[in-house]
Amino acid sequence: MDFFKRIFGRKKPPVPPDGVKTAPLDPMMVAPTMITPLQGRIRIGMAQSTGVERTHNEDSLFVLQGNAAGLEALPEFGLYVVADGMGGHRSGEVASAISVRAVSRRLFEDSILQLMSIDPVTDLVPLQDLMRMALEEANMAVVERVPGGGTTLTAVLHLGHQITVGHVGDSRAYILTDSEVHAITRDHSLVKRLEELGQLRPEEAEVHPQRNVLYRAIGQGANLEVDVFTLPIPRDSHMLLCSDGLWGVVPDQEILRIVSSSETPQEACDRLIDAANAAGGPDNITAVLVYFPPE
Amino acid sequence: MRRTTRALPNKTGETDQLGVLQPGVTLQDRYLVLGVLGSGGMSSVYKGRDLHFPNVTKLVAVKEMLNMAADPTMYEMVVRNFEREADLLATLSHPAIPRIYDYFTQEASSYLVMEFIEGRDLERLLGDSDTFLAEEKVITWAVELCDVLTYLHGHQPQPVIFRDMKPSNVMIDQHGHIRLIDFGIARIFQPGQKGTMIGTEGYSPPEQYRGEASPAGDIYALGATLHHLLTRRDPRAEPPFSFSERPVRQINPQISPELESVVNAALAYDPKDRFGSVEAFKVALLSAAKQTGILISPQKSTALKLPSDVQELWSFECEDEIRGSCIVHRGILYVGCYDNNLYALDAKRGTFLWKYPTEGGIPTRPAANEDLIYVASEDHRLHAVSADQGKLVWTYLAEGPIRSSPTLYEGHVFVGADDGHLHVVNMLNGRRAWRVEAAAPIRSSPLVFDERVYYGCESGDFYCVDFRGEIKWRFRAKRAISSSPIMVEGILYFGSMDWTLYALEAEGGWQIWRFRMGRPTISSPAYAEGKLLTGCADGNIYAIDARNNREAWRFQTEHQVTGSPLVQEDSVYCGSVDGSMYCLDLRSGRKRWMYRTGGPITGTPTIHEGSIYFGSNDHRVYALLT
Ligand SMILES: Nc1ncnc2c1ncn2[C@@H]1O[C@H](COP(=O)(O)OP(=O)(O)O)[C@@H](O)[C@H]1O
Ligand SMILES: [Mg+2]
Repeated sequence: MDFFKRIFGRKKPPVPPDGVKTAPLDPMMVAPTMITPLQGRIRIGMAQSTGVERTHNEDSLFVLQGNAAGLEALPEFGLYVVADGMGGHRSGEVASAISVRAVSRRLFEDSILQLMSIDPVTDLVPLQDLMRMALEEANMAVVERVPGGGTTLTAVLHLGHQITVGHVGDSRAYILTDSEVHAITRDHSLVKRLEELGQLRPEEAEVHPQRNVLYRAIGQGANLEVDVFTLPIPRDSHMLLCSDGLWGVVPDQEILRIVSSSETPQEACDRLIDAANAAGGPDNITAVLVYFPPE
Repeated sequence: MRRTTRALPNKTGETDQLGVLQPGVTLQDRYLVLGVLGSGGMSSVYKGRDLHFPNVTKLVAVKEMLNMAADPTMYEMVVRNFEREADLLATLSHPAIPRIYDYFTQEASSYLVMEFIEGRDLERLLGDSDTFLAEEKVITWAVELCDVLTYLHGHQPQPVIFRDMKPSNVMIDQHGHIRLIDFGIARIFQPGQKGTMIGTEGYSPPEQYRGEASPAGDIYALGATLHHLLTRRDPRAEPPFSFSERPVRQINPQISPELESVVNAALAYDPKDRFGSVEAFKVALLSAAKQTGILISPQKSTALKLPSDVQELWSFECEDEIRGSCIVHRGILYVGCYDNNLYALDAKRGTFLWKYPTEGGIPTRPAANEDLIYVASEDHRLHAVSADQGKLVWTYLAEGPIRSSPTLYEGHVFVGADDGHLHVVNMLNGRRAWRVEAAAPIRSSPLVFDERVYYGCESGDFYCVDFRGEIKWRFRAKRAISSSPIMVEGILYFGSMDWTLYALEAEGGWQIWRFRMGRPTISSPAYAEGKLLTGCADGNIYAIDARNNREAWRFQTEHQVTGSPLVQEDSVYCGSVDGSMYCLDLRSGRKRWMYRTGGPITGTPTIHEGSIYFGSNDHRVYALLT
């Protein structure tokens, strides 16, 4: 466990076990976001806000990012999760919180932790099955512990050159290049579905009275269908995970403009949250932004 | 504040926190609970015995609905609505509707007592088998369902809309007839929450989200139910209103096009485009049944239709079976044969140019580079011969037969052998550059990419080695890997004798997904438009979504498929041990044409300038114009 604390502890910068001094990192930068000011490294930012109109924050996020160097180094890895809870009596916040835990725990245990083992581990569960299992576990946890509660959940597990995405609900994962932004997840919402069928125009969907109705969410019954897919990491691009408190308020092009005009992912996240609040902040806002360097 | 909708029923028999009544409990001093028939959400159904009939066992079904209303006025309203609905149900009289005997409310629950139906609901019936239901059977049930819906929709003074047509609400009784259960009375007990989409469970029509209930909605839901029964694809696991993305015949080609179009018509997005009434639906079903002659003879007419749009260009006879694959290089076709020869034929005309004799059968595909052709033989040798005349340039001797097709990469030939080594040979002089040992014979063709070599072997081990022969990672399947890997966007795909198609991340060898087939496979996958195509000994050619392992379609041939598919534009070409070369539509898996040869086709075809070339175990090489 110590080993992990050293590597992943958020308070201290990583100390090489052999005690050799490396260039000191600014602890302020490392503390909440683990931004690594090295060239060619993954950089991340994250931010969250209750918004203007809400009194509770029902969103949850989890971020874990690992780098290694050396001859037989571990591959780079990361785990990014965003969940947007729903349901009265605080059940939304509990549902999103326990879902994020359940998912992170399963993925951490059965993928990242396995990487660390010294003897090669065979017979691992395929990553996509693992992702599905993780979300199903979260689902069962919510069904059992938070009746009436539910949550969206979008999880990205990054290992080496690939990301595996697990998704339920209408939080989103986007890929942003210099000039383009596109969502890689598909909203499980009624209006999105009607839009896909050509029954609603995007402008209509944006103001539709039932735009909050989901047809899939964690915690809504024993059988959960999860979208799972794997993509190569987007080189020299950003990946954004966010709740609808961001994408429902700040247009995609504006998100792109903010991200490409920010110095760091953290600055971008802060500005994204500001933009959502400036636009009325009707809902909780969560953003996690990951920059993948060129090869 | 948002709410979602979809609550799938818990698995039958599973209990939940609502506290299901235990066997032995008696309700109203009259109904003895014998067991649970179904339970989920806010309601449970019990098998019970009516104790007012002490001398006989009169079975009943008791449906219990929990009244969750918090304040007394709401509670009262729920009970009143329940009683009104129960009264309505009690007046219905139709052989397909169970009779209502009694109802009552006690404490927080209301109960409906009805006829017990001996049989299974359609959801369970689907779950109890894993084969497709016969078209005839489904049509018979559909017609009966139309009859009972006609009765309900014609009810006076008010039509009764069933609203909840789906497999779990239809039972097949012991006489084989359908019975409608679950008149959605439970709906009264569902707290109406803001934003909740009532009944959006895959079967409901799109207009239901606007709160409309009409006969057209029941028609849609019946269409959805039939779609599920015919395809075995549960619409609750799919996005709403997505039936048109999964045409019935794409999933179950046995179904007639006539029935498919009836189902499609019922599933039209706009209610106006569906059947005008359930009677019209029934008429269409009956005429579909008549047109396909389903009630007269089993259908067998579509097969055996000879291809019109494929034409033989030429064929050439060798002296023994052709099990490997051919290539075309500079207008010349090269193919190895079990008569030990490598043949060179003019690709346009099929005329013989030369043959080069090895001392063993050639089960592999030759490789070509500029002036040299490389061919691996069971005589333990890799042969390099001149492309124009078939003159020997060099041979390389392995310590066992070579059944792996050579791969050329940066001046070297990479080839596996039955001696359990991967051999890397200088392309120009045939000298070994290096070799590396595997756990067993290597029969797959190595993939070389970015200074890494990837190959599987007969022990089920799959290796990634670098150019110094050092193992970077190793993955283990449960049985032999004779299928050759391909790589797409950093992911490796290959099949195994353990009945599985694997997707591995190329950098570390982590498994991303696996896809299980019906038998072992040695076919090497092909990739196109996001789909992986592979053959399998179960006789199928599969198309699998590469992003996740969902099956897009499968096409059943009449024997094992050991060769590999080839994709050109939107066509998939693949041979089968049944002797035919098939051309399928890449998107749907529908057959475009097939071409019969006189023996199994075990190799992979190749395409060159609009012609497709392949060998058959009938000793012949074929060239077809596509
Ligand atoms: N009258 C009956 N006779 C026998 N089994 C029944 C009867 N009614 C319901 N069942 C069984 O109980 C299950 C659930 O019943 P249903 O009325 O559909 O309840 P739910 O509201 O939970 O959907 C059915 O799928 C069926 O298997
Ligand atoms: Mg039911």
